[in-house]
Amino acid sequence: MDSIYVHIILLSLIILFAIFAVSYARVIRGAILLGVVSMLVSISLFLLSSPLAGIFELSVCSGLITVIFVSVISLTIPPDDKQRKMNAISMVKKMTLLFLLVLVCGFSLYVLDSKNITFIPLMQNVQESIDTRDNIWNLRHVDLIGQALILLTGIFAVVVLFKKDTNKDKK
Amino acid sequence: MSFSLAVLIPLFLVLFFNLPFYKVSGKIAIFIASLFCIIQAFSFFLPITANCPISQYFMLDFQCDGISRLMLLTTAIVAFSSLLVLYALEDTDRKQFNFVNLILLSLAGMNGLFFVRDIFSIYVFIEVIASTSYVLIAINKDKNSLEASFKYLVMSSVATVMMLSSIAILFLVAGSTDFVTISSMYQQYSGNTLVVVAIVLFIVGLFIKGGVMPFHGWLPDSYLAAPAPVSIYLAGIVTKTTGIYTLIRLFYSVFGFNTSIQSILLIFATISIVFGAFAAINQSNFKRMLAYSSISQVGYIVLGLGAGTTFGVAAAIFHLFNHSIFKSLLFVNSAALEKQVNVSDMNEMGGLASKMPITSTTSVIAFLSTAGIPPLSGFWSKLMIILALWTADLKVFAFIAIIASILTMTYFLIMQKKVFFGKLKEGFENIKEAPLAITFVSILLCAITVVVGIFFPFILNGLINSAVSF
Repeated sequence: MDSIYVHIILLSLIILFAIFAVSYARVIRGAILLGVVSMLVSISLFLLSSPLAGIFELSVCSGLITVIFVSVISLTIPPDDKQRKMNAISMVKKMTLLFLLVLVCGFSLYVLDSKNITFIPLMQNVQESIDTRDNIWNLRHVDLIGQALILLTGIFAVVVLFKKDTNKDKK
Repeated sequence: MSFSLAVLIPLFLVLFFNLPFYKVSGKIAIFIASLFCIIQAFSFFLPITANCPISQYFMLDFQCDGISRLMLLTTAIVAFSSLLVLYALEDTDRKQFNFVNLILLSLAGMNGLFFVRDIFSIYVFIEVIASTSYVLIAINKDKNSLEASFKYLVMSSVATVMMLSSIAILFLVAGSTDFVTISSMYQQYSGNTLVVVAIVLFIVGLFIKGGVMPFHGWLPDSYLAAPAPVSIYLAGIVTKTTGIYTLIRLFYSVFGFNTSIQSILLIFATISIVFGAFAAINQSNFKRMLAYSSISQVGYIVLGLGAGTTFGVAAAIFHLFNHSIFKSLLFVNSAALEKQVNVSDMNEMGGLASKMPITSTTSVIAFLSTAGIPPLSGFWSKLMIILALWTADLKVFAFIAIIASILTMTYFLIMQKKVFFGKLKEGFENIKEAPLAITFVSILLCAITVVVGIFFPFILNGLINSAVSF
């Protein structure tokens, strides 16, 4: 299972489904496809010997987030065909952008390859496995404050953007 | 005051405001948040070095130096101005309340950014500021603000991907993300292509966040579509912190300078200064003109940094402080006009100096300072930037900086002529000066601009030299 081809196939599928996810005019299909992308990413993480990261990705991004996306989309009024046509970006435009992106990535890789990169050996403490609990609670606790702040911002985003204004709100 | 409290207090205030059994009104929230800003501003003059017991309990490994203290002061002044303008302009209690909560969350993020010494933590706190900014821009929920917020979100996500990729490479190479380890790794592998790619990715990400040309696409729309207090906050401190402060911090504390890094900084800074100024000349909308002026002035800060000397870093930091103050002042003036005249097209204004004397006078001071006219604050910081470039033997860039100041003068003279001078436009006979809260903020920011300029020798020793010794 640790063959390089498995990783290449997985990465190709991730890119392919990600392109499909942003190409669909129907948001619900996009959300489901994003869930598929997360699932593939979690398999990839598992194969790269990061089972905990894989489980987080699978449970949160692929599971919880997809459920929230689908629930919210189900509560909204779908646009009619006319609106959908107006909002939709033509497939030609999307494919042109995709082609440009592939071109830029290809060129960057070519330039990097021609530079004969000297890969630096990894530091020893990266290769050693650090206990995830220790890492989160003892080494990265400053980031936890940042995460708490982002979580609170998310709550306010929902309150500000989704709650309707009423007359009671006036001074 | 322990500097860790600058992060924890806003967080606890947000939690306190939202307790289920106690309803805090928008006005009280503004009052408490303003009080916190005043305390934060005055903490600049107090000895704040040790961690307090509460921060030890949270095991916060924060560090505070002169640059962090100066940024704390700048942030507090701009946030205070923004809150007072919010009090004057916003008539909905819930919007006031939500705005204050988001500003406090953003303040906590910013203060955290000033104290962390780890590139991944820098990324986390930049994201806190960016996420609050998306919501603040979209707070009016109209088409323009939602579109501007979405544009910022997309551009910012691209920057995020670049920064995260850079952090991943640096982590793989160095084995840690703290400044000391990365700095020692960089000294060993500074010529390695992968490391150079990582640094370039980080710089471009920060250029997007800071609105440096040609990565500025999101900035004019965001400043224009956001409500006035948000524009003040965004233009005054958000872009300066997420983009420019982080850039200064990384090169001052981690990577140092070399010719290729300096070339990147100098080229993009020059593009930003010149094209930002030309774009500002062509604008008829007051806020859009200020947005392009902001892009041009940010170029000056990056140009100072590009000199690659400690004097250049000091000049960049000083111009960042000055620019935050006079740009906030110009956006406060714009808020005053928005409130009283309800027009943003400069071609539809005229002769307002007689009707709004305080707004008019303070805007003249702000524009003179932006253009670098002595003895105002902007003159000294621009002079320092030019001297830094001259002594680093970058005379061409010093010359461009001088010429671009004339362009700055041009677009601000056009603005003054169209808005405040000339014959009073029909229908403006009954226009009055802006509300007290707005004029108070204008006078306060104007006084800072003048005092910093007049007492420059003391400011240089007390404020700038304590931040960056040169």
